[in-house]
Amino acid sequence: METAQDTLQTEAKAETKRTFKGTGSQVLLNGLIEEGVTTIFGYPGGAIMPIYDALYDYTDKLQHILVRHEQGGIHAAQGFARASGKVGVCFATSGPGATNLVTGLADAQIDSTPLVCITGQVFAHLLGTDAFQETDVINITTPVTKWNYQVTDAKEIPEVLAKAFYIAKSGRPGPVLIDITKNAQIQIEEFPEYVKCNHIRSYRPKPKVRAEYIEQAAKLINEAKKPFILFGQGVVLGTAEQEFKAFIEKSGIPAAWTIMGEGAIPTSHPLNVGMLGMHGNYGPNVLTNECDVLIAIGMRFDDRVTGRLDKYAKQAKVIHFDIDPAEIDKNVKADVGVWGDCKETLPLLTNLVDEKQHNDWVAKFREYNQKEIDQVITPELYPQGDEMTMGEVLRNINEICGGDAVIVTDVGQHQMVACRYAKFNNTRSNITSGGLGTMGFGLPAAIGAKYGAPNKTVIAIIGDGGFQMTPQELGTIMQFGAAVKILILNNRFLGMVRQWQELFNDKRYSSVNITSPDFVALAKAYYIEADKVEERTNLRTALETMINHEGSYLLEVMVGRENNVFPMVPQGMSVSEIRLK
Amino acid sequence: MTTENTLEHKIAKADYEGKQEYTITVYAENRIGLLNRIAIIFSKRKINIESLNTSPSEIDGIHRFNIVITESYDVVRKLARQIEKQVEVLKVYFNTNDEIIWQELALYKVSTDEIAEKVTVERLLRQYGASAVVIRKDYTVFAVTGHREETDALVKALEPYELIEFVRSARVAIIKDSAGFHEKLKEFEAFEPGEELVENEFLDKGEKIFTM
Repeated sequence: METAQDTLQTEAKAETKRTFKGTGSQVLLNGLIEEGVTTIFGYPGGAIMPIYDALYDYTDKLQHILVRHEQGGIHAAQGFARASGKVGVCFATSGPGATNLVTGLADAQIDSTPLVCITGQVFAHLLGTDAFQETDVINITTPVTKWNYQVTDAKEIPEVLAKAFYIAKSGRPGPVLIDITKNAQIQIEEFPEYVKCNHIRSYRPKPKVRAEYIEQAAKLINEAKKPFILFGQGVVLGTAEQEFKAFIEKSGIPAAWTIMGEGAIPTSHPLNVGMLGMHGNYGPNVLTNECDVLIAIGMRFDDRVTGRLDKYAKQAKVIHFDIDPAEIDKNVKADVGVWGDCKETLPLLTNLVDEKQHNDWVAKFREYNQKEIDQVITPELYPQGDEMTMGEVLRNINEICGGDAVIVTDVGQHQMVACRYAKFNNTRSNITSGGLGTMGFGLPAAIGAKYGAPNKTVIAIIGDGGFQMTPQELGTIMQFGAAVKILILNNRFLGMVRQWQELFNDKRYSSVNITSPDFVALAKAYYIEADKVEERTNLRTALETMINHEGSYLLEVMVGRENNVFPMVPQGMSVSEIRLK
Repeated sequence: MTTENTLEHKIAKADYEGKQEYTITVYAENRIGLLNRIAIIFSKRKINIESLNTSPSEIDGIHRFNIVITESYDVVRKLARQIEKQVEVLKVYFNTNDEIIWQELALYKVSTDEIAEKVTVERLLRQYGASAVVIRKDYTVFAVTGHREETDALVKALEPYELIEFVRSARVAIIKDSAGFHEKLKEFEAFEPGEELVENEFLDKGEKIFTM
């Protein structure tokens, strides 16, 4: 006879073996919910219609933001991921829908942004027949994804989706694409309960940390007279901001950031000595070639950071912390390479380093900084001429927001100025296309960032050129109301290319003279409040109006036409040959 | 510094930067598209693959790629790390020719008349270690297994006798100093992070096989 306890146990067993009978599309959406997804950026089309049909019944759990172009969708997913620390999700149909994702995938790949992109595909029996909107998405996206997979049988969907999320966010994060044929989307199956993935035998997201490397690193650091830290986005991706702060504060070592790492520690931190690279700060660049131990943490020695490699930090012992072993020794040879998750390695290192202050050495950064303030920063932030500068716009934003805004930039001069001068109190506040330099990134990424950080002020700083690459996303703002503050810094040029043509091509301005529509009228056509500032006297009020406005807002600021971003390490030159003018 | 030391230094440098033949052994899951993922790591850097072989490995379900390229140690190491980074790749080894046992198979099709008239088959078989796979009235097919020089030598030898068709297989290689992949696989199947290390100048890397 069955006892009460038996019945309970049977029920408990039944409870743990919840199956789901439904279509591949439904099980996909269930899986997204299991993974904690709330927001999807996407655009429907023929081959993904069954998923959109299923989505019709999930609107209470999954918010779908209908973008105006798939590139906008994936950049929005990137902005969402970067602001929130979660995996960004986007949908696109087969063929052109999928190919429009490629730029965003490449951007997410080089900037290590976790994404899961779902594309529809023609029926499996049509694969290879050049069917309508058929494109070989898997092969097109292979070089620009961390992993991709084509599903032709619905039974694979839960497992593949679970793998996709695990791969996208673990180790060095990156974009994953799942291509699902239409037959799999409509196929009805009895699916087992969704199980999240936490292990793939061929995949090593991170190694066991080896104490001997930490010891080697600590020894070099403790013996160093002029140690210098370079940090990148790895600190943010590893959510190791606190661990990093503890390390620099105990060791007393000055730290400079790559633009991807900006904000991991507050701008105002006394050991934060500024920005690295081509348009970085004077001290960090010059002193790279004077330090005796260079400690790179979660950064990859991009050529825009190193300048000429054979003249880069040759005098220094190099310690390189990275979660991706392929980065160690790739560009700069490390004397000690510490492979691991900096969330784990940094506390171990902090334990072993001596508590120190490097006052004279830090003072040297201040000396260089003073030179830069006098020759570059003050004229940029407090210009004497009539023309407005991008720097003074940023100074005003800092004064109004106090460093708490999320700043999303596009690519070009305004991006460098924003990274140089924006103040950040919080991590995940500087969202920019670093490695790929994707013009058109700013507006859609800012939309995504607003969904990722809904309680923050999100300001998209965009040039007149970059804005014209993805202006269609104003439609997305119009329809869904993301309260993004769009700030167009208009110099009526493709400014960065013009700057190079001025400096290196004898001022032969070739195809950099770009005209713009009436941006204010354009915004208003999308029912977005807008204003334009041409004179300094109106700047502060206009910025305050924009930031205090409840909804989205577009402000166009006319800045000097031929201003250059300095300092600058000319291409092919050493970081110590950085120019102040 | 003595002359000898200078010489040694130069050799060490050449070893690191000078090009030589390397055989890359990749253990991977058998998955559609992985070959492409691996191939683009080479083509992205404009590096030509001289020979590529895919085959089963000693472990059921795990595939083994043998890739031959001529590059410097530095480049090969970077390539190996990029390959190992792929989600479906378990492990990558790379070895110089003296660290492996390797073979290539070549087939030669010649006119039987020509061969019968002008050279003795026996001599060829003996001299080049060739075996006759097919002998027909109209043509004969020989096979040679060996290193490149050996298979090339027979091409030369047969050239005067109307070599109708010639084909050589990709290289297959066994690593001399390898205990197989079974033990390693257990490590991979464990849920803990791996023990492997990224080598650097500070730690002694005097092993015979360069692992990552």
